[in-house]
Amino acid sequence: MANRVVITGMGVVAPNGVGLAPFLEAIRAGRSGITHHPLLEKLQFSCQIAGTPVLSDALIANYFSELELRNFNSSGIMYGVIAAMDAWKDAGLNIEQSGEPDWDSGTIFGSGTTGVDKFREAIYKIDDLQTRRLGSNVVAQTMASGISAYIGGKLGLGNQVSSNSSACTTGTESILMAYERIKSGQATRMLAGSTSDSGPYIWAGFDAMKVCTFKHNETPESGSRPMSASASGFVPGSGAGAFVLESLESALSRGAGIYAEILGGNLNSGGQRGTGTMTAPNAMAVQRCIRTAIQNAGIQASDIDFINGHLTATSKDSLEIQNWCEALQRSGENFPFINSLKSMVGHCLSAAGSIECVASLLQMQHDFIAPNLNCEDLNPEITALISSSRIPQKASPHPIRILAKASFGFGDVNACIIFKKHIST
Amino acid sequence: MIAIPFQKENMDRSSILSKLKVIVANYSHDKDALEYLSESTDFIKDLKINSANLVDVVLDVEEEFDIEIDNLAMERMLNVSAAIEIITDKLKAK
Repeated sequence: MANRVVITGMGVVAPNGVGLAPFLEAIRAGRSGITHHPLLEKLQFSCQIAGTPVLSDALIANYFSELELRNFNSSGIMYGVIAAMDAWKDAGLNIEQSGEPDWDSGTIFGSGTTGVDKFREAIYKIDDLQTRRLGSNVVAQTMASGISAYIGGKLGLGNQVSSNSSACTTGTESILMAYERIKSGQATRMLAGSTSDSGPYIWAGFDAMKVCTFKHNETPESGSRPMSASASGFVPGSGAGAFVLESLESALSRGAGIYAEILGGNLNSGGQRGTGTMTAPNAMAVQRCIRTAIQNAGIQASDIDFINGHLTATSKDSLEIQNWCEALQRSGENFPFINSLKSMVGHCLSAAGSIECVASLLQMQHDFIAPNLNCEDLNPEITALISSSRIPQKASPHPIRILAKASFGFGDVNACIIFKKHIST
Repeated sequence: MIAIPFQKENMDRSSILSKLKVIVANYSHDKDALEYLSESTDFIKDLKINSANLVDVVLDVEEEFDIEIDNLAMERMLNVSAAIEIITDKLKAK
């Protein structure tokens, strides 16, 4: 029989809060983590604002040895390791430094482009005929699986240790891949999550595509405007989110606290056919992904209390709302509450899905809907579909029993997860 | 007046050893083995330095002594005495 899968630990490194308590406080208060970046201005980016987590040296020293920090230059690995170790600790698990690996625990921790600053540093040396002076750590910091390799070593994991990558769907996908592994009995516990580097070399490609806003360089906090009529492109962000997933049996047997049960989900692609392209979603595939997730979870569309959308603050936001309406066959006042964390942290790219799932589960745990910032002028195409009362602009107390989270990414890929609040009996 | 350069050529084994000790300390967590570092100390067996970090030790040595250690010498540089010999040779050859 398939295992039921629950979430027993979380960690987060977000532009508006590092650690669960500061992040909870920030999303409840609607605090923005978007700031002006002088470096982006110097490099003549169109969009000179971004969301970057703030980490002190003292905090970093709790997670990395002095030796590990020598020649270290991969912000994504740093964020991911901090979030992962926090999640492990939050789940009440210990880290054994000796003895056999933990054969029943693994990780699927994703990234997009990884270690880009380290790679840049290496490329300059290589072109300067200094390959022999690169040192030993270029590979570990730039390989696509660098983040899962670091986490596997930190925690002594002995099950599958791998990194997934599916653009802005990465974080949500990692949870579903880890879920499948536990559900099928191949692991008892999986650390899922995703991370994204900070900085101009990650964000430049998006800036060049003109998908980021250039209208808020003087007003960073109002730059990220999901669902607003004046949304003018996304604001790039970065960070990491992490989760300990484990079988319900394992969680109960060790008396672990349970945030939620993963009832089911779905991953699919629009194949870049129909309305789908490398960068635009195939609406039919998005709706199918949501409907299949609901079916796999064994619930009705009417059971969903709350949606955490992808909603990046581009012209595609109204299309996403339309897809939700079609998939759920719900609209107007009957639509679930919906919000987008991106109004506070920007679009954290490969880390978006995981950071947003942490936010969603904190809202579920604490019975509130976090505010949507910067949509005082709601897009009329959206209010034609759903009531403005469904898009809270202030933190609103509200019990959440079942929530749906979706993420969509370049390559026309989609992910949707259904979480249910766990009521201990 | 003629500036007298730092006499690296005349550096004796014990001063090389003490400089080496500072370098390897960055890569070893074994405080006891570091304390008793001697010419017979092996980088991997005694100091438990990760073998991948040996190339970093070599790079640090190159920088500290302003020498270049070729691939063949690098292969031999597995313990303190070999390191001292290689450093001494390279300093002489300068």
